[in-house]
Amino acid sequence: MMRLELVKRPQRSALFSVLSPFIAFALTMIAGAIMFALLGVSPLNAFNVYFVQPISEVWQLHELAIKAAPLILIAVGLSVCYKANIWNIGAEGQFILGGIFGSIIPVLFPEFEGPLVLPLMLLLGMVGGALYAAIPALLKTRFSTNEILTSLMLVYVAQLFLDWLVRGPWRDPQGHGFPQTIQFGDSAVLPELMPDAGRANWGFVFALVAAVTVWLMMSRMLKGFEVRVLGSSPRAGRFAGFGLSKMVFFTFLLSGALAGLAGISEVSGAIGQLQPVISPGYGFTAIIVAFLGRLNPLGIVAAGLVLALTYLGGEAVQSALGISDKVARVFQGMLLFFVLGCDTLIHYRIRLIGFAAPQLEAAPKLEEAR
Amino acid sequence: MSANHDRANLLEVRGLTKIFGTLAACNHIDLNIAKGEIHALLGENGAGKSTLVKMLFGSLEPNSGEIFWNGQAVRITSPGLAKKLGIGMVFQHFSLFEALTAAENIALSLNDGSPISAIAAKARALSYSYGLPLDPESLVGDLSVGERQRIEIIRCLLQTPQLIILDEPTSVLTPQEADKLFETLERLRAEGKSILYISHRLEEVKRICDRATVLRHGKVVGHCNPRQETAASLARMMVGNEVKAVVRAPAKGIETAPALLEIHGLTRKPATPFAIPLKNINLSVRAGEVIGIAGVAGNGQGEFFESVSGEVLQQDPGSVRIRGKDAGGVSITGRRLMGAAFVPEERLGHGAAPRMKLSENLLLSRHATDGKSFVGSGGMVRNGSVYSAAQRIIAAMDVRKSAPDPEAAALSGGNLQKFIVGRELDRKPSVMVVNQPTWGVDAGAAAHIRQALIELARSGSAVLVISQDLDELFELSDAIAVMHNGELSAPLPIAEATFERIGLLMGGAEPGHAEHRMETA
Amino acid sequence: MDITVNILLTIATAATPLLIAAIGELVVERSGVLNLGVEGMMIMGAVGGFGAGYLTGSPWIGLLAAIVVGALFSLLFAVMTLSLATNQVATGLSLTLLGLGLSGMIGTSFVGQPGVRLPNLDIPGLSSIPVVGKLIFGQDPLFYVSIGLTAAVMWFLFRTRTGLTLRSIGDSHVSAHALGIKVIRYRYLAVIFGGACAGLAGGHLSLVYTPQWVENMSAGRGWIALALVVFASWRPWRVLAGAYIFGAVWIGQLHAQAFGIPVPSQFLSSLPYLATIVVLVLISRNKRLTMMNTPASLGQPFVPDR
Repeated sequence: MMRLELVKRPQRSALFSVLSPFIAFALTMIAGAIMFALLGVSPLNAFNVYFVQPISEVWQLHELAIKAAPLILIAVGLSVCYKANIWNIGAEGQFILGGIFGSIIPVLFPEFEGPLVLPLMLLLGMVGGALYAAIPALLKTRFSTNEILTSLMLVYVAQLFLDWLVRGPWRDPQGHGFPQTIQFGDSAVLPELMPDAGRANWGFVFALVAAVTVWLMMSRMLKGFEVRVLGSSPRAGRFAGFGLSKMVFFTFLLSGALAGLAGISEVSGAIGQLQPVISPGYGFTAIIVAFLGRLNPLGIVAAGLVLALTYLGGEAVQSALGISDKVARVFQGMLLFFVLGCDTLIHYRIRLIGFAAPQLEAAPKLEEAR
Repeated sequence: MSANHDRANLLEVRGLTKIFGTLAACNHIDLNIAKGEIHALLGENGAGKSTLVKMLFGSLEPNSGEIFWNGQAVRITSPGLAKKLGIGMVFQHFSLFEALTAAENIALSLNDGSPISAIAAKARALSYSYGLPLDPESLVGDLSVGERQRIEIIRCLLQTPQLIILDEPTSVLTPQEADKLFETLERLRAEGKSILYISHRLEEVKRICDRATVLRHGKVVGHCNPRQETAASLARMMVGNEVKAVVRAPAKGIETAPALLEIHGLTRKPATPFAIPLKNINLSVRAGEVIGIAGVAGNGQGEFFESVSGEVLQQDPGSVRIRGKDAGGVSITGRRLMGAAFVPEERLGHGAAPRMKLSENLLLSRHATDGKSFVGSGGMVRNGSVYSAAQRIIAAMDVRKSAPDPEAAALSGGNLQKFIVGRELDRKPSVMVVNQPTWGVDAGAAAHIRQALIELARSGSAVLVISQDLDELFELSDAIAVMHNGELSAPLPIAEATFERIGLLMGGAEPGHAEHRMETA
Repeated sequence: MDITVNILLTIATAATPLLIAAIGELVVERSGVLNLGVEGMMIMGAVGGFGAGYLTGSPWIGLLAAIVVGALFSLLFAVMTLSLATNQVATGLSLTLLGLGLSGMIGTSFVGQPGVRLPNLDIPGLSSIPVVGKLIFGQDPLFYVSIGLTAAVMWFLFRTRTGLTLRSIGDSHVSAHALGIKVIRYRYLAVIFGGACAGLAGGHLSLVYTPQWVENMSAGRGWIALALVVFASWRPWRVLAGAYIFGAVWIGQLHAQAFGIPVPSQFLSSLPYLATIVVLVLISRNKRLTMMNTPASLGQPFVPDR
């Protein structure tokens, strides 16, 4: 029986800090090739359809940006949470609430138009996401309730709430009974960046701005230091005078607001109305994006583009090769697994101990004369 | 080898070596333990004592070397095997489970499948026969450190070992409890058992040990009969050169100096199931003096430190006063801004963030102090000035390191402690509260730190030192108070304090009448 | 009368998968490991169980497959967190995400196919006793398994030496290692046991509860099982009680929908999730109880030095 043994490095390895996402990506490719082969598809052909064809034309790059924007926005917020060792996994729910809050104006006051509409919508979206994220934060700080479970439960609640809204009070009366709201007016639609080239909208710009801003905060500001200290050694953080409760609220409100912004951007930009389902699991995929980006906002931009590609690739293999688009989720899950595993290399050296190693369960050598 | 070829060796160690990374924690160690002797393993913190005994107990595997047990070569690959051979161990930082009862803890290391009730009965009988009474049904989390050590000892004895290893057993005991332990050890020797006694306390080694092996920097530097040595000669062997003695200049005019740190009726309820409540603590520390707080571990020192530092706030704002102002409701940052500085007991994870650089660790306690020199407007960190301040402290305290700005965890305990103390001294605080300033620190660094604390006091600051090391307190303090079970005795001026008197207070004896100092305060 | 019996029977059917999954996770957490992948292992068990049952026509083979798939899937988590010392929270999450994706992919061809159902126990004579007959002698086999499992885990944890050792590892892996206890080995076995239980719970969903394959059919039950362990403060019999309370909430909202209570069905459907939050708040308010019972090394990575 082989055994792995970890040997702690005296300092974190700079080399593997850089290499680990690439190793993880390579391992995912290998596993993916095996998977495609098992599904009876030539891996090379599948990779071509999955990873190359979806981004071979300019308009497709726009589609990539559309998918990447919410992933990056959400993951940037989550990275701050996870750095602080606070586990918001309910971004999907905060995304939905952002979409709902932001839609209040175009759905309930469609006659209200003008340049103010869009900023107000975006603001409301952020407020909605932040308020929804405040619930697990409040429960954690007031009653020390586990935030993982509460934030996750609220995702199911949010999905059902949206479902009720678009089938009930917010349903478009002229919509032939379809469960959806009215189409948003022109001033409530997030403009496209380069309408001639493709559909990408301002959401992608928001994502880039958020990433750079949060990167600045985390690397240059005392607030970022506070996040890192409280996340890595809470006791030392308390000694420094940083409050854990305040940090719980800060990270939840920040990540909630960014998820909310992603939600309303998606609804207003890519969809143009509320529907029963407005997210193909962006809130969960963003967790993968955050880790693949090594919780660094700039890394997250790259990771967001990669994961967006897995979505596009999934659609492509479904139409071209007849494989379920669930293959995207599998790719995403494997990628996260390999990333986590490779990150071990940053702090540990791995030693393999095989049959030859005598120390494994060696019998007492009492009889052996010296 | 030195003496005792006539006595059969129970354990013989030849050339035992253990390497961590590039550091040889144990470098070709030779050691002989005869039947029926108490053998001392002497050495400073970091000399390799713990690594050596972990190899003897099978929890670390040596890189090279041989171990002979009753003359036969053995490879001790696991603690279970060590136990089977007849080696028992009493750990320094206990290996007990707080959520389980004493009997369950004992059962876990016996591996004999007999029911818990039978084990409990056996443990109870054995504990009374050795004069170490024990209630097997009690939850370990509720017990004092002294009682926990009893469980460790009884657990070890129940395995009927031939060799018992004790790692710094008296560091958690009062002098009186230590006496009791020595009686037990002598009785075990009379029963023919061998004992490997690990300590850095020279007096007790001279008192009970038959032979001693001295380690320094992972190597054996000598064998001796401690009874024929003086404490000074043993210390020289251990440290290698003379350690500069700490000089305590007489404190002048303390009686009229203002009290910079005052604690009035400080009371705190336990925050966790196993925490100690603080009961009506009163103390004042004046400019220019060092006050020591003695006490066995786990008598409320940690809770007291948290309350004084402001990591935990008080209901009554007047219960902690810094430089004449109420601070009970002020946060730790606020208390720092009032002129106080704090050094906690735990270095890694409390006083410093292990995986952060020294310069970042400077920011830990000084992000709000020092005006805007470290954090500018808008919350931007001034990395340049943080870095140069860290280098200034590193130079002032002679911190030895392998990189310009290494992670805290990469430093040895002594060097990290010098940095943490230096970080606070660099601010020239008017009030300094230190918990266990030299715990686990080598003698050279310890002397450096102690001297710096005395000099801080003599330059007009109030210094409060909490420590479990009585030698240290006697070296540093102008007066010593004792904390027992969440209560603090009045301070005894150093001239009136003796080991015995402080020891009795540590054990919970009534303070008596000698405390006239409070009346003048 | 018959309606009451039927409601009680459906409650038991709804509670059984929660109980099985939660009991498995309880053992895992008692050993000091937090596996947030219950939902993923459960859905993998569901798809594996359905698939094997559908292909062989035997629900029993399906059940066995569910257990094996759950255990194998948990092995992935074990290798990552125990051998590679990865973050348990992140790894558990990724196990869930991977499980949801993989099960969806595997199950594509099963959608809409008729499944096989595990037959109820039916002891002639006994199960026709009025009222109690069906409740005690006429349920699906996993009902009895779940009750037996709870009792067995209680006995194991608090009456056997191995159970004591497992609890000690959850309390302090450092102390356990110092005593020579094989911390990693125990944890591997605990995690695999938890995976097998989660797989079995998933098998119950696709072979008993609704004998068909529906994507994401676990519908958050894995997460509720995790919450149940906290709610029960790591005591098996409280997990049993909790599972039945949740079973009742689950069935209650379904019946309320069927009776046409004038509340939107979405609100009723969200009741189990809201109830989970409320219950977690109530239990975590009692800090002393939580602190006394939480395994002290829960979720902390352990790398033995040799």
